[in-house]
Amino acid sequence: MTAAGGGVASVIDARRDAGSGALIGYLPVGFPDLDTSVDAAVALVENGVDALELGVPYSDPVMDGPVIQAATQRALAGGFRVRDVLTAVERIRSRVAAPVLVMTYWNPILQFGAETFARGLRDAGGSGLITPDITPDADTEWIALSDAYGLERVFLAAPSSTDERLRLTVAASRGFVYTVSTMGITGARADLDAAARRLVGRLRDAGAERACVGIGISTAEQVREVLGYADGAIVGSLLVSALADGGVARVAAVARALAEGTRSGRPTPAH
Amino acid sequence: MTDTVLRGAPGPFFGEFGGRFMPESLVAAIDELAAAYEVAKDDPEFQAELAALHRTYTGRPSIITEVPRFARHAGGARIILKREDLNHTGSHKINNVLGQALLTRRIGKTRVIAETGAGQHGVASATAAALFGLECTVFMGEVDTQRQALNVARMRLLGAEVVPVTTGSRTLKDAINEAYREWVTSVATTNYLFGTAAGPHPFPAMVRDFQKIIGEEAREQVQALTGGLPDAVVACVGGGSNAIGIFSAFLDDAGVALYGIEAGGEGLDSGRTAASIERGRVGVLHGARSYLLQDEDGQTLESHSISAGLDYPGVGPEHSHLASIGRAEYRAATDTEAMDALRLLSRTEGIIPAIESAHALAGALVLGRELGPGSVILVNLSGRGDKDVATAGRWFDLLDEAATQE
Repeated sequence: MTAAGGGVASVIDARRDAGSGALIGYLPVGFPDLDTSVDAAVALVENGVDALELGVPYSDPVMDGPVIQAATQRALAGGFRVRDVLTAVERIRSRVAAPVLVMTYWNPILQFGAETFARGLRDAGGSGLITPDITPDADTEWIALSDAYGLERVFLAAPSSTDERLRLTVAASRGFVYTVSTMGITGARADLDAAARRLVGRLRDAGAERACVGIGISTAEQVREVLGYADGAIVGSLLVSALADGGVARVAAVARALAEGTRSGRPTPAH
Repeated sequence: MTDTVLRGAPGPFFGEFGGRFMPESLVAAIDELAAAYEVAKDDPEFQAELAALHRTYTGRPSIITEVPRFARHAGGARIILKREDLNHTGSHKINNVLGQALLTRRIGKTRVIAETGAGQHGVASATAAALFGLECTVFMGEVDTQRQALNVARMRLLGAEVVPVTTGSRTLKDAINEAYREWVTSVATTNYLFGTAAGPHPFPAMVRDFQKIIGEEAREQVQALTGGLPDAVVACVGGGSNAIGIFSAFLDDAGVALYGIEAGGEGLDSGRTAASIERGRVGVLHGARSYLLQDEDGQTLESHSISAGLDYPGVGPEHSHLASIGRAEYRAATDTEAMDALRLLSRTEGIIPAIESAHALAGALVLGRELGPGSVILVNLSGRGDKDVATAGRWFDLLDEAATQE
């Protein structure tokens, strides 16, 4: 993993240099509709979220928990199209400076045309992709395309990953490595898994410059705890629930509360 | 046709198809399984244990049955059925689950999960779990739990937990999604018994290897009966495990034509079909690159078939490869054609086939008329129709009014 010139990497580095870490917020495009999803993403940034992760609704989301599944199914029922993602990125980037990553299962990109999507994403001002259902060794054109278009590529690491696979993942990732904090799928959990801390330690040993922890974070206290050992805290299900329950105003309030976790002094790193 | 040796292709790729497109959370488990299988497949002890189970538990070898009264409707061709319907649990699915259950024991896991469409793989998995003393959870689309209520009861009787899946189209593809989600959270103790020759490597090659006994037996049996190889081998294709199981032994026999019969549903161009090879495009679903029913955006389309076991929008990658190089031909039989064939075999031969297998029979009727008198057609009768009697009763209006009001 090398330092990237811009994108999420530089934001994470800046937050780390300031003695904290990055808060990364996830929302799916097209939920509850395209305009609202754009407004909600902008509201996240205006309320303390440092980087955005925009989800691409997909018919077979094997790595998503019930909250995100319900939202993305609603987006699909509402007529979501993959090209809407590029529209959303462009609109968000015209309003706020925060970097935007797109989180997507692979088949929608493959059918759109991976190169067409990569070019479109770059032109829209997107930073890159998070790809939950492919690994660096899965035989896709994504590694070459992301290099060609200067896009970040975030792969996932899991507690079950072998040391050899962690090295592979770290070497292939650009931006950060996405650390799955429990063995489970996405969904808010009362307590963060100690496995996340161990996994981040293993990733550092494997040479990771930036490791962000996702899946399971629901309070400012947990954000603070994660930023004590990781470079970024990723929040998804909680924000999607807030948007579903109370619209843009509610998601803004939840983001503001979570961002408290990035402010106070960073505890001594555990590693 | 190519003269490449096609038999026993090891994966992960079959031509451009196959691979291992999986979340990192599951890669360690899949790699562990692949490594364990690589050792087991060349281990005489493993193979002997599996062979003994097939002899004393499955009821192998399964017989072949020539069906002349049925064949009269097929242009005078000779039709020979490979009787996987006579296996314990009523279909070819047992061949695969016994192999995977043995493997589960070898890697030291105590629980299995499985997806099921028609319920045959779920029943087979629950059976193997009972036999080996493993915990078992089966994921089944809610639509299918209703279509195949009897199989739900069978699985529960065997001690398995059955989880109705209410997401997406509530059929087989969603049951697979849910099984993957469950596996991510329980991978330390749990093995996934995948039911068909699809999904990520090593499943397509491994499931084929566990099913290839069908074709190996049938190839010898047909030669003993007729003095030669068949002109054609026909099997139904959903994910494609029974088809690849019977095709495998014949792949390098240039004179034997191979036909996979997909579920045409209400017709290939009705929009309500499960014919992935004929109406799909290449994409990635459930861990492999293969033909797939999908919209322009790569969203998986809902498939349709009267047969729950063929109601799947994808297909195993080796079939996609065989189709792309022309070694096997893939056709479709509609719901109506399959049900007509089901009734015809029942009435002419006293054998009630599974609706899945009835698609192969429907294909054989057409093929017999094409190949002409004296041609020999081997059909894989992959399962028996006991589970489908309620569906057939409604389709043919065979139930008394009192019975239909229940």
